[in-house]
Amino acid sequence: MNAGLKVLAPGLHTTVQDLGRLGYQAIGVPVSGALDGFSLQLANALVGNSPRTPALEVLMSGPTFEVAADTVRVALAGVGANLAIGAEKARIGPGQSVTLPRGAVIEVVAGQSASGYLAVEGGIAVPRVLGSTSTYVRAAIGGLDGRALRRGDFVPLAIAHASERAELRLPLPLMPTGDQPIRVVLGPQQEYFTEEAVAAFLLAEFRISQSADRMGMRLDGPSLQHRGGWDIVSDAITTGAIQVPGSGQPILLLADHQTTGGYPKIATVISADLPVVGRRRPGDRLRFAAVTVEVAEELCRAAEYHLAELAAKLEPISDHPAIDLGSLYDGNLISGVVSGVE
Amino acid sequence: MKVRFLSAGDRALVVEFGDRIDRALSNEVLRLDASVRSSRLSGLVETVPTFRSLMVHYDPVATTFADLERAITSLLDRQPGPRAAATLWRVPVCYENSFAPDLGEVANRTGLAPSEVVARHSGTSYHVYMLGFLPGFPYLGDLPRELELPRRADPRLRVPAGSVSIATTLTAIYPYESPGGWHLIGATPVRLFDPARSRPALLEPGDEVQFQPIDPASFASIRKAVDSGSYEVANEPIGG
Repeated sequence: MNAGLKVLAPGLHTTVQDLGRLGYQAIGVPVSGALDGFSLQLANALVGNSPRTPALEVLMSGPTFEVAADTVRVALAGVGANLAIGAEKARIGPGQSVTLPRGAVIEVVAGQSASGYLAVEGGIAVPRVLGSTSTYVRAAIGGLDGRALRRGDFVPLAIAHASERAELRLPLPLMPTGDQPIRVVLGPQQEYFTEEAVAAFLLAEFRISQSADRMGMRLDGPSLQHRGGWDIVSDAITTGAIQVPGSGQPILLLADHQTTGGYPKIATVISADLPVVGRRRPGDRLRFAAVTVEVAEELCRAAEYHLAELAAKLEPISDHPAIDLGSLYDGNLISGVVSGVE
Repeated sequence: MKVRFLSAGDRALVVEFGDRIDRALSNEVLRLDASVRSSRLSGLVETVPTFRSLMVHYDPVATTFADLERAITSLLDRQPGPRAAATLWRVPVCYENSFAPDLGEVANRTGLAPSEVVARHSGTSYHVYMLGFLPGFPYLGDLPRELELPRRADPRLRVPAGSVSIATTLTAIYPYESPGGWHLIGATPVRLFDPARSRPALLEPGDEVQFQPIDPASFASIRKAVDSGSYEVANEPIGG
């Protein structure tokens, strides 16, 4: 029998993502992939997967699944998020793995982070499209039929039994992201802006508006004035670019951004801080601080090192299991599995 | 040719050749693209050619902006390098009324008869400058001068997939239904993008395109053949 997760409730926008689809931007295909690649990799490490294994990205409000496999090992990464298991809604925090039996109901309860990642041992078994399983909804590429999960979907899993081993957890809890400034490298088109606009961009506080999705987030704040015209001959865009159309209201471009565009880009968020941006919600504040490209490259290497170090330091949970799986299973049978779902 | 190196964060840089839409500029971009792609530079992730610049995506764990600037400068010194193989595509287009909602307006605004708009649009060979906006969306140019118009004042929320369109000095084909502000003067039954094909985008930067007028009956029969996988767009290789 096929192993999977039955979708009892889809959440606001739950998609299969990995680290993105590289190599096709020249033909207009966005990179996509996790908004918070750091957390995706951490969730994968907790269940023993390689970093690029496809997992579920949960945005803003979480989905609910029923386990349709003999056993599954899952782990959630996302600040403040929790798993609520079974009718009792036993809580499992982020940053640890847990193994669940057939019929168990898992609700992902979103936390203060806009994005969370649910990794499953062995990964989500969807085909790669152009080298990646990442979902790009606009062209219906990747993931489960190129779209976000719906109620009633069956999310196929690569393996039907969790391996027999101890669960893993992070040595320290995930730190809240706080509101430290997001570091940027100015450019590539900062010369299209007045000096006052560049100064205001680095001094002001912006607020993430309600127009925010996987393509980008519009920022409310001071209007950034262009020196001359605001339309440029289209050129290429990279993730984290902050483009400013004629309105002067900046747009921070995220994983599903178009590969090219015709607005000047005042700055680009450094790759080490992109996961932090991916955790921010509409209404949250954003401030920016400029660093040089050399510093940004060094911070990127440091971030990769930090992640590798963290993945190497995961510790086995040797004490009693966090929840009594036997009673949980019984509870589910008695309560009829689905009844606990909103 | 004098270029500028601009940083786009710590994972991409831009080699900028100019700020115009221009065939000579585009050829320089495409030549550099071909030589970077064949260079096996360490840390190179992918390249994106545009009208006037080449974006080079890199992995800062394996290389740096400074190293790449040096390496690319020496590639430029060796120009002209090889030009990538390119193809001339003859794309069938139906310009009949029901496929061309803006043809009448374009004719009015340009002072041409609809048949003259079609004759000029289909009588020109276009250069594929770049792809962007959507997977497989080609920016083709240059239009005959008489057909140049600004974008529509009120963009459509839904432009059907396959729409052949014009705006400013360019013409394009929408691979997917999407919002759009270009003038729709025809439609093609062929599929611009299919991730299952070994070459997912029909048109690639540096290719050439000619539009072949077809009637609604041919549109229907070509569409049928496209859906059954038995249609191939007429094409021939063009010299490097």
